[in-house]
Amino acid sequence: MSSKAQRQPAVVTFFVVAVLAIWMILAAFPFLWTFWGSFKVEGDFFSKANWANALSGTLTQAETGGRFTGDGYYGAWVQEEFWRAALNSLIVCVFVVTISLTLGTLGGYALARSTYRYAFWFLLAALIFRAMPPITLVSGYLPVFFQWNLWGHTATTIIVLVAINQPFTLWMLHSFFKNIPAELDESAMVDGCTRFQAFRNVIIPVMWPGVITTGLFSFLLAYNDFAVTAMLLSKENQTMIPKVASFLGTTQTKGNVMFAVSSVVSVTAPLFVMILFFQRQIVGGLTAGAVKG
Amino acid sequence: MKHKSFFWFVLPSALAMLLFIFFPIVSVIIQSFHVEHEQVIRNVETCDLFGCKQSTTIDQEATAALRKAKPLGQFAGFETYLDRNHLAVSDVKSTWTATNSWREFGSQMLNLPFYKAIGFTLTFTFVVTPLVIILGFAIAVAVNSATKALRGPLIFFSLLPMMITPLVGALILFWMVDARGIIGAALQYLAGNPELSVKASTPLMWIMLMVYGVWHAAPFAFIVYYAGLQTVSQDTLEAARVDGANRWLQIRHVVIPHLLPLTTFIALMQLMDNFRVFEPIVSFSANAHATSLSWAIFNDLGGETRQLSSAAATSVLTIIGVAILLSPVLVRTWRDFDRK
Repeated sequence: MSSKAQRQPAVVTFFVVAVLAIWMILAAFPFLWTFWGSFKVEGDFFSKANWANALSGTLTQAETGGRFTGDGYYGAWVQEEFWRAALNSLIVCVFVVTISLTLGTLGGYALARSTYRYAFWFLLAALIFRAMPPITLVSGYLPVFFQWNLWGHTATTIIVLVAINQPFTLWMLHSFFKNIPAELDESAMVDGCTRFQAFRNVIIPVMWPGVITTGLFSFLLAYNDFAVTAMLLSKENQTMIPKVASFLGTTQTKGNVMFAVSSVVSVTAPLFVMILFFQRQIVGGLTAGAVKG
Repeated sequence: MKHKSFFWFVLPSALAMLLFIFFPIVSVIIQSFHVEHEQVIRNVETCDLFGCKQSTTIDQEATAALRKAKPLGQFAGFETYLDRNHLAVSDVKSTWTATNSWREFGSQMLNLPFYKAIGFTLTFTFVVTPLVIILGFAIAVAVNSATKALRGPLIFFSLLPMMITPLVGALILFWMVDARGIIGAALQYLAGNPELSVKASTPLMWIMLMVYGVWHAAPFAFIVYYAGLQTVSQDTLEAARVDGANRWLQIRHVVIPHLLPLTTFIALMQLMDNFRVFEPIVSFSANAHATSLSWAIFNDLGGETRQLSSAAATSVLTIIGVAILLSPVLVRTWRDFDRK
């Protein structure tokens, strides 16, 4: 490609650089801006006088004595107990990822190896389920959950998120297992293994790359969910995203917007780290379904 | 694979989907045909010195008992579907006869909650999807012609808008667009109007929501196209160059046809995802200017009085919409399978 790049006429180079520069500003600048602003006071983050105050922190200097302040973070994490929501998010994510992957690997493996027509019907049903907006399902859960007293518990939400996750997990793992040659487990079965033993001893050791990629997307779904967690969790079991939303509704008094800003930065940080470490797997996972058609 | 082992392998995941996706859909459909019980009214006769009086009171206990005994409520048929908050048949009829032009009719219709929601949902879906495809393609071509060392960081930053929690990503943009934020201030400066506020204007709010939609989804199209560009046949490109095709003709006649199947894939995924637009409306507190079907359901379910039947009816209508959008995907998957 480098030889081609050298032959590029100046106009084309200009366009490429322009598109990339504009896109990079669009993609990265909002995050940098909010990160920087989260260490200011509200008067600077939303500056009536001059937007540049958010950079220099004029009012922050006047109100707190320093150019940066951690007040927003202290208020959100300690005063408003955001740590509790963070802990709940951690619990929900760990369980959702583990359970989805356990169910998904078993199901995805069977779907990849079965040659009967019903396996296709199963996948088609999963595709239809995948298209259902989660909020429509929530309106189906609520009456039943209220009646059976299941509403508000973390466990209920975990199971619901696992189920909503299943169609996607099945499709993804099914296509990963298709790429593992069937001769591998068939030869194990010729040697006398049962189907499950073949899966355990032969397939499990080689399936990890696919499972890790799928796990990342299960994590994202559980972590990013708002519709289900906001409707199904009681206040003390709330995860981070509904908690951020609750900052917007109730605490609009002075200074408290900064709680929301700092909690937004706190929610973004783990995602940032995740992309940093798993960029290759994420890109691979996004294209897995598409490039094969 | 034997039937028996297939059954045991898929059982847990089939059970989860049956219980928490299939049954809720059935439950939503049943719920949508019922309404809450009316309060039980009792005639009470109270007698005092001046004679006896008939009065009616609400029998709280009997009402509670009835609601507990039959939590579904009473059967109402299509009543909920036809009321003012959903299809609003009678309102549509009267608007139709009362208005003279299409324009007037349209603006009147947007005052009805359901049509307001579906109007925005469809506009959002069909504006954002093509823009995502175009922007994603442009970025993919640009990144593909950047030097190798730069591509890693470029992809890293490109992924951010997509991986970010939708509610949080929309909030970040919303704060910048605020009249006191950096983009809001820039817009005021450009328009020469210090009173300009995105929050107060319906067209600006629609545009902002769609800008967010494109910002959020463009990376997905970019990544898929970028992966597709890696597999463009270099021989075909070489042949096109030998035949005298310039850069644009190469893209037009070699690259784009190669990426066409990917475009259908992206378009179908995006149609499904954009149809459920929800979080940005919460983040932007845009409900005065724009609502979506998902938001309408959320609004019915939340708050003091949970309007379960109303939410159920909107859900069923949403599911019908999804089914219409999904039918081309199903047909395509079906054909693919038959070919194999």
